[in-house]
This record gives sequence, C-alpha cells and structure tokens, in this order.
Amino acid sequence: MKAFAQHQGLVAPMDRANVDTDMIIPKQFLKSIKRSGFGPNLFDELRYRDEGQPGQDCSQRPLNADFPLNWPRFANASILLARKNFGCGSSREHAPWALEDYGFRVIIAPSYADIFYNNCFKNGLLPVVLTEQQVDMLFEEMNATEGYQLTIDLAAQRVIRPCGDSFEFSIDPFRKDCFVKGLDEIGLTLQSTQAIKNYEKTRAAEQPWVFGAIK
Amino acid sequence: MSGRTVYDKLWDSHLVKQNADGSALIYIDRHILHEVTSPQAFEGLRMAGRKPWRLDTNVATPDHNISTDPSERAAGVEGIPDHTSRIQVQTLDDNCEHFGIKEFKMNEMGQGIVHVMGPELGATMPGFTVVCGDSHTATHGALACLAHGIGTSEVEHVLASQCLVTQKMKNMRVAVDGTLGVGVTPKDIALAIIGEIGTAGGNGHAIEFAGSVFRDMSIEGRMTVCNMAIEAGARVGLVAVDKKTIDYCRGRQFVPEGEMFEKAAEYWRTLVSDEDAVFDAEVRLNAQDIAPQVTWGTSPEMVVPVTSVIPKAEDQTDLGKQKGIQRALEYMGLEGGAPITSVDVDRVFIGSCTNSRIEDMRAAAAVVKGHKVASSVKQALVVPGSQMVKVQAEAEGLDKVFIEAGLDWREPGCSMCLAMNADKLGAGEHCASTSNRNFEGRQGSGGRTHLMSPAMAAAAAIAGHIVDVREFAGDRL
Ligand code: SF4
Repeated sequence: MKAFAQHQGLVAPMDRANVDTDMIIPKQFLKSIKRSGFGPNLFDELRYRDEGQPGQDCSQRPLNADFPLNWPRFANASILLARKNFGCGSSREHAPWALEDYGFRVIIAPSYADIFYNNCFKNGLLPVVLTEQQVDMLFEEMNATEGYQLTIDLAAQRVIRPCGDSFEFSIDPFRKDCFVKGLDEIGLTLQSTQAIKNYEKTRAAEQPWVFGAIK
Repeated sequence: MSGRTVYDKLWDSHLVKQNADGSALIYIDRHILHEVTSPQAFEGLRMAGRKPWRLDTNVATPDHNISTDPSERAAGVEGIPDHTSRIQVQTLDDNCEHFGIKEFKMNEMGQGIVHVMGPELGATMPGFTVVCGDSHTATHGALACLAHGIGTSEVEHVLASQCLVTQKMKNMRVAVDGTLGVGVTPKDIALAIIGEIGTAGGNGHAIEFAGSVFRDMSIEGRMTVCNMAIEAGARVGLVAVDKKTIDYCRGRQFVPEGEMFEKAAEYWRTLVSDEDAVFDAEVRLNAQDIAPQVTWGTSPEMVVPVTSVIPKAEDQTDLGKQKGIQRALEYMGLEGGAPITSVDVDRVFIGSCTNSRIEDMRAAAAVVKGHKVASSVKQALVVPGSQMVKVQAEAEGLDKVFIEAGLDWREPGCSMCLAMNADKLGAGEHCASTSNRNFEGRQGSGGRTHLMSPAMAAAAAIAGHIVDVREFAGDRL
C-alpha cells in the first residue's frame, strides 16, 4: 500500500448524494478475476455513452461530455469531492479498487457507507469526513477556481485550502497510523513475523505432522 | 479454572498473539483454495510483491464453476464453454503453478468439492485450523477442526502471513440424544436443528454437536451436520474426537504413518470437551422426535417434517413473521395448509458438499434401485463430490443403478448447489435438492429449492413429488 502523511492534488467533483457501488463500478465488471485495471471503468455508466463490457478498450468509447471527470480541467485529479452516504450498496471491494486504480488517493464527503469506508482503508484510499457546510464550501471554491488543489495533512488531520485556512477532520488513530506507515492489514500482521515464526517453532516441535504434509 | 471445550482448546493452541482490543492473531494450519474466490487474492500478493508464507499448507482444486457434463469435462479446460468460467479455472492453474501451490486439477484424481476433497485426502486432520473461501468450510469441523469460511481479502491474508485476525466466538452445545428412526439421516438432524434454533440461532457461536446421535453417526454424517452449521448462523460447527475420527484419518494421503501417526492420534484424543467445560448456550433435541425434514420456503429455517403441512401465514401472531411466510409462499408458488408431500418436483439434485459423499450416493442408490424416475421430472442429477467418490461409486456399481433408473451420473463439482455452471433451475421450477441453501435464486433465477436428504431426494425423483421415504421405500432403507 502506498503510504502518505501529506497529499496535495487536484480536486474533482462527484456532486450527488448516495453514490452507490454499482455507480462506482457496474456489476458486469465483477466477473473479472482481477483487482487492478478497473480505473477506466470507474463511474462507467456516467462516463461513457455506451454500455461498458469487461475487457473492452475504453479509449475508443464515446464519452459523456457532461460528466465532469471527462473535462480537461479535472484530468489527473487525485482528490474526489463527494456528497453524503458515498459508497452505499453492495460490499464489493471493486469500488475502492476502481477509485484507486483511476488515481484517486483521497475522497472527501460528509459521510460514507460503513463497509465502503472500511474497504477504503484496506485499499490505500483515504476517506476524509468533513461537515456538510465544509463540503459545500469546498464545492463552491472548486467550481470557481480552475486547477483547484487541496492539501491533506494526515499527520495533522487537516484539509488545507489554497487560501491557507484549514478544516480539521477526525480519524481513528490506529487507522491513521497504518495509513501513514503504508501498512495494510496484511502488512500489520507481518509486523508480527517474529511471533509467527516463534509459534511455528514451538508447534513444529510438539506436532511435527502439521508441517510438510502437502507436497 | 473451569474446563475447556473443544473449541477453547483449538483456539488456545492456535493463538499467536492476543491484542488488547480483543482481536487476536490465529495461526492457520490448512488453507484450501478454489477458482472463484482466489484470483484477486493472488493478484493482491503479486501487486504487493509478497510470497505465500508457507507452501505445504495450501491445497487447491477447481469446483465451483466447472462443468459436470462428462463430454464437456473430457475436453479439458479449453473445452469449458463459458468464457468467465474457463478463465477462472485457467487462472487457478496458472497461479498454483506460479506460486508452487499443490493443486488437484479439474480432471485429476483427488479433485473434488473443496469440503469433500480436504478430509478425504487427509489434508484436514483433527486439531487443525482450516479456512477456505467458501462459507461451508465448517464441514471440516467433523474432524474436530476449527474450520470456517473466509472472504477474498482474508484468502490473501492467509496466503501472505499464515494467520488471520479474528475474535474468539462463544461456545454453544447442541446435544441430540436417543436413537434415530429408520430413514432419518444426518441431513434431517441438521435441518431439524436449524428449524429449532433458526438461521440466526448460532450467531457469534462455535457449535459443538454432542450426544449419542453424533457419537453413533459416521464421520461423513458428521460432516453433513457441521456443513449446515453456517445455516444456523454459526461459522464454526464441530464434533469431538473419538475412535471413529482416528480410524477415518488413518491411511489417507496426507496423514502421517507409523510412529508419527500414533503420536498425532495421542494428541487428537485430547480434543474432547472437559467434563466441567462451560457452554454459553445449550440446545437439546430428542432423536425420537425427528422425522425426515423438507424445506418449503426460502430460508433453511423454513422447514417442516415430511409428515406435516406447509405453514399458513395467518397462524403466526408476529406481523413480521406473517409477512416473511407470505413472501416465501408467493416466491415458492405454494399454498399454506397443503401437505408438503403435495409439492411436485421438476428437477432433482443429489450432490453438493453437504451430501455428495459415498454414503450419500449409497443411500440414494438404494432408494432408486429397480425404479424409474417419474416422467414428469425433467432432470435428476447425481453429482459425486469428488473423483474419489466417483471412482468408489462406480466400483460399487452405483452409477449403473442411477443410470438405469433414469438419473444423470455426472463429474464432480459444486454444480446446482450454486448454479454457477450450466446446472440450473428454470424460473418457477421446484427442485428436490440435497444442497444447503434454498435462498431465492440460489439454484437458478426464479428456481424453487426444497432441501432434504439424499434418500428423500431420490424418492422424490421416482415419485415425481415430495414423498416420505419411509413409506415410499421403507423396505429398501
Ligand atoms: S457445493 Fe455449494 S456450498 Fe459446497 S463448496 Fe460448492 S458452492 Fe460452496
């Protein structure tokens, strides 16, 4: 997982409430055996004028010119500004996979669906919660300013606006620590490598048949 | 300190680290992989530049998505008609090859449904922690294992670290004492238990099945019961070790021999709950009260004895329950108050990790022997759980019995349990099924599943409707 303590990037809008996981990545893409490469199909139904199919070359497809992510001013955005209850619907991890693969590192919204929120942390995507007023204000500033960038100071738990003012946000200290260190859940377990090895040593001495059976 | 249950002992012996927040790091002894829930886990490993922690712990086989049709199977992986299925099976082969994981490929001896092949190869042994990306992993608890299903991120976690982060469950004991009537099988006990405690009855608990009925039961029968623990809400179901457990393990492919076996067996014998062990919840059933069971609705708890009628919504006082029954009756196209034996079946499925072992094959064959599948039945599938079951059944001539009676004898796989391949119900069709889930659409969109034992499903195939196997084939049981 890519770690960061601070991230500065271009902000793009997803200006509607209750964006569900099916909107983030439609279900025909779940048949895939992959967890990477979903970026071109992020928000597929909103982004393109035709119906997307797995394995298709998306560069040839007709774009929906009304969809902000297709606008040049939002190209290469890495921060998604969204509305409340973002990520509701199914528990599919394909949703954070698609957002991450597209290039987003941070989402800012007033609230998230629970499972989606958890899944973000598993996949190197930082979901920041601000109040509705704060999110409104960011939308206004972003709409008025081409090239609008924000800085997320995770260490200080602040979203810093171009004017220098900032909003504080809260985050579970454990999750913050994992994020800053780039530890996913597996990485965290692997911090206990020595304990696991010690366990195996003792067990192998007592119950040797547990090891080496499958060749 | 009070005594410990089997579950407590399994937990204690696999605890790597207890965290202050109540979570714990648990060591996993055996990890079984299949084609559907593993590809993203392998890709995750690659993306993070990680390797499997241990190779001699993993064993893989394709089962969920493969064809059971003999001619399609003969054509190998390239012959799998569905594009997605073919890629999944090919990807499993590639990943196992790449990472060096032992795989029993589609047509190789040893291949089978994950929960059938694990125990039969001796890949699962008593005292193990066993995980697999399939929710019916509790099956392996029949050998006194701590076994449960995991999701794809956990598959990756186990591959990479041989551990899982988890929390200890509570202990529940389900005791069934007495003697079972003729024609009453482990499946009926499992369904009766779910009928009694409900699909949420075991939530948060590890269930130990105890009492004389389980002591008298074969290991395969215990697997059928443990398999269904998840349908009672418990991720873990298990039975303590006894002489049968040890005899079952002896001589299997991955089980040690000679002195090492004796040493292992000595330890395995300690896997019983202490006299003074405390259970957080206890349920008791009387074997004499259990008749063959059939589900009428869309949840395994919607079950009745075959001698009974389909419930009426109005008989319920609770409004929520009324609605649930009403909704299920509508989906199933059934009338409350009618005898369950009045339900005609369109298809029959004898298979799945619940009931596809040799004893199940024998029980079904005994019922159909010398009879013919009713002309109104469109299809009656018999899908052995593994290549080994298939070979054994053929050696006993059971395939011929089925074929002569007009049933289809198939190649091993999950088949119509989850209908990922071509074995499916059509909309509105009723199926007498030995699988484990009767959810809406589980066996095909709009399909109507009636869960029951292999003997009962076999009897339904001959009769063309749900029937009490004791009356129908009493002399052959
Ligand atoms: S038979 Fe059904 S429950 Fe068993 S492993 Fe296959 S899909 Fe899962």
